[in-house]
Amino acid sequence: MAVEMRLPAVHKPISLAASQSNRDDKHLVVPGDVITSDTGFMRGHGTYMDEDRLTASVAGEVERVNKLICVRPLKTRYNGEVGDVVIGRITEVQQKRWKVETNSRLDSVLLLSSVNLPGGELRRRSAQDELAMRDYLQEGDLISAEVQSIFSDGALSLHTRSLKYGKLGQGVLVLVSPSIVKRQKTHFHNLPCGASIILGNNGYVWLYPTPGHQDEEAGGYYTSMEPVSLSDREVISRLRNCLLALAAHKVLLYDTSVLYCYEASLTHQIKDILKPEIIGRARCVTSRAQLACANMAVPATTNDYKKSAESYET
Amino acid sequence: MSSEIWSPCILRDQERCLLVMMGELSEDLRILSTCKLLQHDSQLLEAVFRTHRLSYETRGSRSKSLHDRAVINCQYSMATFSTAERKRRPHGDRKSSEMSLHLKQTFEAAVLTELYPRSQIDIYVKILQADGGNYSACVNAATLALVDAGIPMRDYVCACTAGFVEDTPLADLCHAEESGGGTSLALALLPRSGNIALLQMDARLHQDHLDALIEAAMTACKGVSKVLDGVVRQHLEEVSVLTRD
Repeated sequence: MAVEMRLPAVHKPISLAASQSNRDDKHLVVPGDVITSDTGFMRGHGTYMDEDRLTASVAGEVERVNKLICVRPLKTRYNGEVGDVVIGRITEVQQKRWKVETNSRLDSVLLLSSVNLPGGELRRRSAQDELAMRDYLQEGDLISAEVQSIFSDGALSLHTRSLKYGKLGQGVLVLVSPSIVKRQKTHFHNLPCGASIILGNNGYVWLYPTPGHQDEEAGGYYTSMEPVSLSDREVISRLRNCLLALAAHKVLLYDTSVLYCYEASLTHQIKDILKPEIIGRARCVTSRAQLACANMAVPATTNDYKKSAESYET
Repeated sequence: MSSEIWSPCILRDQERCLLVMMGELSEDLRILSTCKLLQHDSQLLEAVFRTHRLSYETRGSRSKSLHDRAVINCQYSMATFSTAERKRRPHGDRKSSEMSLHLKQTFEAAVLTELYPRSQIDIYVKILQADGGNYSACVNAATLALVDAGIPMRDYVCACTAGFVEDTPLADLCHAEESGGGTSLALALLPRSGNIALLQMDARLHQDHLDALIEAAMTACKGVSKVLDGVVRQHLEEVSVLTRD
């Protein structure tokens, strides 16, 4: 079997001048940089007070909202906020709760009172429910949930009290950095190419075949174990490689950008998408398509993208 | 994405090179950041693992967690091929645990641990090629890895060694100079404030020479901090260009 090998290549630094000229100049700081000596500002995350001077403690961009100054680091563990959709893996089953690993500093907590009971009953959880916890979620299961609140030490409290959250069945999990998942109104998308995607805010992205008929009664308990067809599996594999390609170039992930990258990758074989030159090409096409649609200011469809891409190239 | 800088940093009469690579050298997402540093001829690979809650299962480890601060756990190890003679070094060696303790003390002074109650920050350092200045290379690499991981710190921590050769203070000693029997001073500094995180000296030195030696080491540390600063800023600019939308 032939194996392809590559020698390490010299990395070309991306210069600032090559970027768009209409972007504002972002204020980049490193730990120890003094941001301001003005005492009128409030101190946010990523900063500390050093003798009346507001100093940065992480390397990143300075964000200023009125009087609040904070520094957002480029790469960090997922910091949860209330209302975020996350995907997590159960690590422990404890007395009245599950411990869920969500790529954050501390393991998140899923309380027994925050999950739906089978059949959708509304009642107080009894001792029998406690003993039956393991029948529902075991160690190693994947769930999709929403952040309900944050404990004082930073651990997240999750809940799955909606029919769209719950245990995840067959699919592919892709791990990316939390900072490249765009915050949107909804994180559950049924892509027109034939698969569905859940973009977790914590950087975990779940790809799964679009369920044929939604079973409303079962809620999050029923996971279908029917075999998935080859075409669906190919679509999901291609999407997974596209996601990794976009993540390598730190492109913001949302349903449209994933779709553009998918369309751009249709000319290549699935296993070729992860090669560096194709990643670069796919990224260029994706960003050009995004720009073209932003300039057009109409809802973007695949036909519009093709037209605009052609006009861009001519 | 990784950014590679080849920056000649003249720490002494001869040119010493400081080569730094930071960024995601590892595909494993559990490793939050890695950094490879080549300081003159010492090379080392460094990884900062994720911050995590001290697990309940490990015996006695729950008692090690502090309720208001993070615990910094450093582990220092040398590869068997790192020195001139191939030597197998077991874990828990006296020298490696002493070095781990020094690293832990250094970073507890710099990292803002109050922001992470009941958590643990792991710093793993492995020396690939040793030619003197092991501790200083470890500190510089760990600083870069922590900055890349987004862990809040007061300032960079830069370290360098200094020694006396024929009444001249010299910075950044190599292995032959360190083991030659002369004095060797290792200094870890927070450059902006000039605060010393760790000062360590081997062998004996006359008191009159101490100031000159510390001065030389501080100048060298400030030079190192400029190089590290340049690398971090370039990495920041690259990544911020990529993430703009």
